[in-house]
Amino acid sequence: MIAWGDWSLIALYLLAAMGFILSLKWLSHPTTARRGVRAGELGMLAAIVGTLLHAGVVDVRWILIAAFAGSAVGAVIAVFVPMTAMPQRIAFSHACGALAAALVGTAEYLLSRSDIESFTMAVLGLEMVLGYLTFTGSMIAFGKLQGLVRDRPFVYRGQNVVNGGFLVSGIGLAIALTVSPQRVELLPVLIGVALVFGVMFVIRIGGADMPVVISLLNSFAGLSGAALGFVIQNPILIVAGALDGSSGFLLSVFMCRAMNRSFANVLFGGVGQLDSGEAVEKRPVRSTTAEEVAMLLDTASLVIVVPGYGMAAAQAQHKVRELTDLLTRRGTEVKFAIHPVAVRMPGHMNVLLAEANIPYDQLIELDQINPEFPRCDVAIVMGANDIVNPAARHDRASPIFGMPILDVDAAKCVVVVKRSMRSGFSGIDNELFYLPQTMMLFADAKQAAGDLVHEVARLPAMVTA
Amino acid sequence: MIDRIELGLWIFMLATFIGFQVITRVPPLLHTPLMSLTNAISGISLVGSLILAGAGRGALATTLGAVAVFASTINVVGGFLITDRMLKAFRRKPRAAAIRGGTA
Repeated sequence: MIAWGDWSLIALYLLAAMGFILSLKWLSHPTTARRGVRAGELGMLAAIVGTLLHAGVVDVRWILIAAFAGSAVGAVIAVFVPMTAMPQRIAFSHACGALAAALVGTAEYLLSRSDIESFTMAVLGLEMVLGYLTFTGSMIAFGKLQGLVRDRPFVYRGQNVVNGGFLVSGIGLAIALTVSPQRVELLPVLIGVALVFGVMFVIRIGGADMPVVISLLNSFAGLSGAALGFVIQNPILIVAGALDGSSGFLLSVFMCRAMNRSFANVLFGGVGQLDSGEAVEKRPVRSTTAEEVAMLLDTASLVIVVPGYGMAAAQAQHKVRELTDLLTRRGTEVKFAIHPVAVRMPGHMNVLLAEANIPYDQLIELDQINPEFPRCDVAIVMGANDIVNPAARHDRASPIFGMPILDVDAAKCVVVVKRSMRSGFSGIDNELFYLPQTMMLFADAKQAAGDLVHEVARLPAMVTA
Repeated sequence: MIDRIELGLWIFMLATFIGFQVITRVPPLLHTPLMSLTNAISGISLVGSLILAGAGRGALATTLGAVAVFASTINVVGGFLITDRMLKAFRRKPRAAAIRGGTA
């Protein structure tokens, strides 16, 4: 237990809280963002030092061993994980943090159950349920994104009832423990129910919606940390937990909004189940070659690239940057139109393009780029599909109706780089492909970008001003 | 005198409020680093793990605590390092960087 009168501890914890708040504040701009990471690190360091020096820590042997091993694993993951695997890395990390919170809560219950206030016990029950369900939920999310667990949503009749039953029994057990904390035999049941619920909750959601889930689980992990703070009366846990709780919640709301879906629809809707059974009529499309596209690019003054999941999956971003450099040198203006859910996680596309050395001021968000499409000579859609489907604007029957999209169809000429005519994630046809100004370049995004670099480099030097 | 629980609730409420305020200001450009950074901060359960592992409250507490310390340091160390790795990549156009002395 912490002695609140201990001034140096208070100072260190206050410093930690300021560090966390400033770190999020500085993340509001790319130029200060790294300073934000430093602030966060300092905050965490202050919290750790304060804890080790004062909070009743008498034996550091196991701490040193465990912390050393954990740091090694964390550092290895941080260095070797590719940027495209960011969502599953975050999911795995959540699982670790949540497991820690859950274990601490469990030990706290076992140690102090004989003399525990009802409020503390209620919070502790909540903390354990949240912690354990976040642990298994995050592991399933990780597995789905990593391809270890089937990506498609696992749905069956009456699933919501079963899941609801698990949730209600979890809460019921927590209440039962609050009423009579001595009933230790309920603890394994509570843990089991929470663990199973985490699996059931996430397994029914499709891989593409995992980022929403991860963000929500971030919120849960934060809340469970805050709850732990109440139990062990530690203010820094409450502060950090509350910051995380609000961040995770807001981000998942932002993501749902970007897809024009409700929370409930993502979590309980069995998404990705949209009946794609309807036979798509075979309409003619115009196929093109890299050579022809290079000629179009030759005279273009504004080119907008619309990157999507296909580009990231093909690891084409470095080739795309080469193409951008070539065009820029020829005096062509190149911009990137970034849809909020371009790679299914908000801002993930920005990270991938930034890693490929594309300056962030060339990455333009949906609201700013849409008015520019009418004066765009060539729009290159790189492995994106649903986010450029005009049906979202006018076809009320379309499953993606109402989702904000990039108005690529307003461009003078559209080049769609795609491997085949197969439909996108939502399984619906894209009328963009059949427009008169649209040309299809059938190739893997990396191949296509490479070919375009080759062809553009062969063009005669720019003669026009 | 404020009761400890009441004080905790005040802290929680104010921190949540600040969280909403600062996070709405983070542009979509940086949402992935934001997720990663808040993930690192959620490794704060390390503090609880340290207290449990080091307080000498018996073998069970020490064991659970050590496992918790292990898990949460993965979260903390991995989270901060990778957020920095991501942000390092963000840069302006070379021209702009040159004007600022190439400090980016």
